[in-house]
Amino acid sequence: MKEKVKILDQEGVSRAITRIAHEIIEKNKGSAGLCLIGIRNRGVYIARRIAACIKQIEKTDVLTGALDITLYRDDLTLATGQPLVRKTEIDFNINDKALVLVDDVLYTGRTIRAALDALTDFGRPKSIQLAVLVDRGHRELPIRADFVGKNIPTSRKESVEVRLKESDGEDEILIVEKE
Amino acid sequence: MLWTRKDLLGLEYLSAEEIGLILDTAESFKEVSSREIKKVPALRGKTAVNLFYEPSTRTRISFEVAAKRLSADVINIAAEASSVRKGETLIDTGKNIQALKADIIVVRHNCSGAANMLARSLDVSVVNAGDGWHEHPTQALLDIFTLKEKLGKIKGLNVAIVGDIAHSRVARSNVWGLTKLGAKVTLCAPEMLLPPGIEMTGAGTSSDLEEVLKNADAVNVLRMQFERDENTAFPEQLDYFKKFGITEERLARAKDNIVVMHPGPINRGIEMSSGVADGKNSVILEQVTNGIAVRMAVLFLVSQARDASRSSDA
Amino acid sequence: MSILVKNGRVVDPSAKIDAILDILIKEDKIVRLGEKIAAASDIVIDAAGKIVIPGIVDMHVHLREPGREDKETVASATAAAAKGGVTTVLAMPNTIPAMDSVENLELLKKAIQKDARINVQLCGTITKGRLGLELSDVAALKKAGACAISDDGSSVDNAELMLEALKRAGVSGVLTICHCEDKVLSGKGVVNLGFTSTRLGLRGISNASEYERVRRDIELAARAGSPVHIAHVSCRESVEIIAQAKRSGIKVTSETAPHYFSLIENEVLGYDTNMKMNPPLRSREDLLAIRRGLQDGTIDVIASDHAPHTENEKDIEFERAEFGVVGLETELAAAVTELIGEKVLDWPELVRKICLNPARILGIERGGLAVGDYADLAVISEKDSWTAAKESLISKSKNSAFLGRSLKGLVDYTVCGGKIIYQR
Repeated sequence: MKEKVKILDQEGVSRAITRIAHEIIEKNKGSAGLCLIGIRNRGVYIARRIAACIKQIEKTDVLTGALDITLYRDDLTLATGQPLVRKTEIDFNINDKALVLVDDVLYTGRTIRAALDALTDFGRPKSIQLAVLVDRGHRELPIRADFVGKNIPTSRKESVEVRLKESDGEDEILIVEKE
Repeated sequence: MLWTRKDLLGLEYLSAEEIGLILDTAESFKEVSSREIKKVPALRGKTAVNLFYEPSTRTRISFEVAAKRLSADVINIAAEASSVRKGETLIDTGKNIQALKADIIVVRHNCSGAANMLARSLDVSVVNAGDGWHEHPTQALLDIFTLKEKLGKIKGLNVAIVGDIAHSRVARSNVWGLTKLGAKVTLCAPEMLLPPGIEMTGAGTSSDLEEVLKNADAVNVLRMQFERDENTAFPEQLDYFKKFGITEERLARAKDNIVVMHPGPINRGIEMSSGVADGKNSVILEQVTNGIAVRMAVLFLVSQARDASRSSDA
Repeated sequence: MSILVKNGRVVDPSAKIDAILDILIKEDKIVRLGEKIAAASDIVIDAAGKIVIPGIVDMHVHLREPGREDKETVASATAAAAKGGVTTVLAMPNTIPAMDSVENLELLKKAIQKDARINVQLCGTITKGRLGLELSDVAALKKAGACAISDDGSSVDNAELMLEALKRAGVSGVLTICHCEDKVLSGKGVVNLGFTSTRLGLRGISNASEYERVRRDIELAARAGSPVHIAHVSCRESVEIIAQAKRSGIKVTSETAPHYFSLIENEVLGYDTNMKMNPPLRSREDLLAIRRGLQDGTIDVIASDHAPHTENEKDIEFERAEFGVVGLETELAAAVTELIGEKVLDWPELVRKICLNPARILGIERGGLAVGDYADLAVISEKDSWTAAKESLISKSKNSAFLGRSLKGLVDYTVCGGKIIYQR
């Protein structure tokens, strides 16, 4: 049996996202020139929620896009199960934007590395910042997040499950003991 | 759904789900070609060899562009320029290419079954870019992709394929792909150009173009090659156009939004009038664009499957 | 030199024998046949639980010598034959040069004298160079030892010429064997015409290309009043035409090959060139008609149509690969598996098809196990199964349609002319 521990419930997730939105506005001194790019799949939903929060606070729409990093992964050739290639949707120019990359969990940093490579192919933003809902440690690359919803110290034997209404029917974050 | 085949030889061998996966993957790849930097590193360090025993500019270029947009290195071998002339067998040529540590061979050959034969003998991925009269799977996939993009679905569509069905690999691949995905296919040609037993695929046949066009949601017009087979009876060229040419007048009596496709290159005035080729129903140039996305998807999937099976072997 | 074959189930329909018996061989003849023979002998073969049949007479074999010794030789083919329980073959004349003259037959006879491990019967061509233009001298060929003529690989298109050939062969007492194919109809075809050829994108060969020519050749034979033998029958219409001709008293006999009662056109779907032969593998209905024809006697003979080709000629694009498959080493097992195993024929009936009938049709003293007969026989383990593999074939060429297939029936001993020429 997998042991599951709930770290954040629906309200906790919501508060974390709201806090990230505030911090992004604060650090970027408003929302002008800002854009959010979510990494497929859950990063995209989180990015949209952050954008909604920013709109409430600032009354402005923030450009939001979706990035699929499958084609940039460095572990493509490992037999880790075949990744499905999904669509990247960035229908605006990222040049000179303050770009915030959004993902659900920051772990080894390899996904972010791939995302940075991918973004290079789309243009040259003024800056790239990273927002994640959970930072669980164990980095394998020199990468850090600018905005973190919750730091969750974990062991490598555990995995972090982020469940969102859009994809999983409810909002919660669990730590799962791997068998 | 997992893609587990190291080769793509024909649509006859694929399930509806596998065809669906290629189409879905192609949709994701289509975006890459709309970028300013039209390149992703998915096949970086891989080598794709286009081994073409028949002259073909557009298919070869489409595969080349697809491979390059995936960052693969591409080598083109035209049969005339290789040792084929000196009597080297297809398998020997394939083994030599494999010894160069190539990863994918894209093969076009005038003999049916050439790709099957290479795939059986080699460890590299083999993608069939057209073999004899047998199959041209990527052409059918791009036709189906375009159709789906235009009409939103494949299931339940009435698709007519008009022309020399008997000698057409494009027709065969389309028949397999479309019928597997639930389209109703009608093959329209003079009796002598319908191959025996074709209705066992589930496709219907007819020699009455007017009737077929009435119900068609789409028509795929094959290129007529009157010079191809000296042993087969062929209709007279003008007579053919009169009875089977796709003209504005004929199209006027078809559904208003009928999709007109052609695998190219077009013989204007033989299988289709210029007005139709350049008209509002024609998606011929979109087919070319979509061909790149479909071929990127195919190259990516077969390469992945080969890597996966190799690393699990090790 | 004497051999005693003990306790085998001896099957010889010519003598109406099917019983557990002993066979005593002295020199090259069978000298005694009976229960529990107590005579002393140099060699005793324990055949308990095994089947003893006359040595197989395979009337359709391409030895390839002279001319294509890279594919097969008299030595390699007859060794393969021995392994398959075959003790007599009819050597097809499409060698290089073709067996269209006494001089060329002498070439082959020399090779046979030197290398053959079994009996090799000679077959001349119908026309010079097998070109269908000018008749070979059948009387001279007969004198030089030919018991049959055939342009195998081709049919004589000119009906007048064919009629004349049949007449002359009849007068000389030589059997005419017909490869029935109208090349205008079969054209560049390589597989059965129909959904199979459509799926594969290959040119098809219709049943008509065979049976139209079967019909013609039988008609010509009837007019000539000479016997005719139809080679490698593959389709249902041919079976029907032959059956009708037999009913109306025409002197026609026919043969089929193991692949036509074992395999159907679906085998070609992977472009396996070892499934490419002429005539091609046909449909299920055709296969069933062939089996019925064997049952009801329309088809008299099973012959291998052993057609060796090198790897270079087979491991290439399907439409460019040579037609034909080897069969000497698998024909008995194919028959045991598909015909005995599926109750199409029983053992006495099978022995008729592979021993007795071909010997009678060729007019040679073989195919029986009676006292006084030549001591040609095979001892067979009926139930032993094995898988045909390239490595296990001793024929020079490995182009077998049965590779990878599980077969029943293995030859334990082959005795030819009173000598053990093969032992498992």
